[in-house]
Amino acid sequence: MNITVNNAIQWMKRMHEKVNEHKDDLTSLDQAIGDGDHGINLARGFNEVMKKLDTVEYATVSDVFKDVAMTIMSKVGGASGPLYGTAFLKMSMALKDKESVTKADFATAVAEALNGLQQRGKAKPGDKTMVDVWNPVVSYIRDHEEIDWDELSATAKRAMEATKELRALKGRASYLKERSIGHIDPGALSSYYLFVSLAEVMKEGE
Amino acid sequence: MKKIINHPEQVVQEMLEGLVLAYPNELKLLEGTSVIVRQDAPVQNKVGVISGGGSGHEPAHAGYVGKGMLDAAVCGEVFTSPTPDQIFEAIKAVNSGKGVFLVIKNYTGDVMNFEMAAELAEAEGIPVESVIVNDDVAVEDSTYTTGRRGIAGTVFVHKIAGAKAEQGASLAEIKAVAEKVVNNVRSMGMALTPCTVPAAGKPGFELGENEMEVGIGIHGEPGIERKPIATADEIAETLTSHILEDMEFKENDEVAVMINGMGATPEMELFIVNRKVQQLLKEKGINVHETFVGNYMTSLEMAGCSVTLLKLDEELKELLAAPANTPAFKK
Repeated sequence: MNITVNNAIQWMKRMHEKVNEHKDDLTSLDQAIGDGDHGINLARGFNEVMKKLDTVEYATVSDVFKDVAMTIMSKVGGASGPLYGTAFLKMSMALKDKESVTKADFATAVAEALNGLQQRGKAKPGDKTMVDVWNPVVSYIRDHEEIDWDELSATAKRAMEATKELRALKGRASYLKERSIGHIDPGALSSYYLFVSLAEVMKEGE
Repeated sequence: MKKIINHPEQVVQEMLEGLVLAYPNELKLLEGTSVIVRQDAPVQNKVGVISGGGSGHEPAHAGYVGKGMLDAAVCGEVFTSPTPDQIFEAIKAVNSGKGVFLVIKNYTGDVMNFEMAAELAEAEGIPVESVIVNDDVAVEDSTYTTGRRGIAGTVFVHKIAGAKAEQGASLAEIKAVAEKVVNNVRSMGMALTPCTVPAAGKPGFELGENEMEVGIGIHGEPGIERKPIATADEIAETLTSHILEDMEFKENDEVAVMINGMGATPEMELFIVNRKVQQLLKEKGINVHETFVGNYMTSLEMAGCSVTLLKLDEELKELLAAPANTPAFKK
């Protein structure tokens, strides 16, 4: 597999569609255990990402991710803005000047993104955050020579669903203590959409 | 949803435009941003004091911009932290060379976005210090939570840090006095009704006709318990006793009291709550130095109130009494 500039742009397009399609689900989940703005904020952010990507001719994947990062950071706000912004910025830095991204490059990039997420949000695996989806996906990519995109989607889905049984230790949901159990973490759900979008786009390209 | 708005997506921008039109000589909106700054910013030889956060808490924070309090307020979307680039614009606009002090409420998003803005400022050589306000005793401060939320007590931090800055104090001196406020201020709130974020279109939670939520946050986050509605005296007693249990108060301690409305509570009810709070403090031998009753830190159209106590020493008393001229707070 190689992720091309076109794949990267299609990935963001698909994520934009999914976020808008599931905006209300994301917001409802966030109303249950957070502050009820996750879907609204991400939709606003990815709408702006689409506008930005339409105006630029990209030569490298890193430039695509850099613009995604800067747009999300400046348009999303809340906690998800700095977190997704940091993730894409770290990926951009890890892939500097790459026109096409190999599996090994991508494994490094998502690992860097996960590190950035954990530093910025101070969350560990098991805290009921987006890290709980990123962590197993990053491991899956690292541990497999060839990515089976269906497997990657399934890994992300299991991880996302598993946040339902966790008690939140970070973010606003942590105030709910045991009452946070029984709801999927909204950031885990949006991260699931992110990886499913990638898997769909890459599978279609194969 | 029933609101006096045009478009749910435009509420913050249109509110800010209306705000500066109401105070044309005092406030300006930084072009292309959602940052409200003093007309005379940057004030020479003074540390700039900035706060900000999600909108929907009016008059916080833009209503506290003016002489003696904030130099700028960064206004995010409703209940959503502003972004680092906006905060950075505010920092640049108020820096006179003496640096900038940030008053941050303890929410994950606010802390991350302000931290990123502080990193951007430091990269440009602007000295930045900050304080994180966490006055809400309703939520537990432990390793199992993000820590206590910042609520109405933040207004006292604005007043006192702003007064200190106005005196020409250094960044370190302002940080020290702001931390003193944070260490001595405690709040707790309650709500009778939820509120609706315009872009969400429906209430963030539900409360039965005869229910109240005790310990609620300013975004409708759940508190300690949901129970049948009680009398004003019982509500005042519950909120005050949680605060008094949390911080040591001795006989003859002096306090500032804030009875804060959440947005849809008549002043009549706030004064009824104040009556009981003052009785309770008197019984404990705590002296009330000054009382503030009104809408200081709201949660859109939520009905409810919060009680804040700030333990005072001579320095805090002097700074609380110092002149301030802002749309929502005058001295």
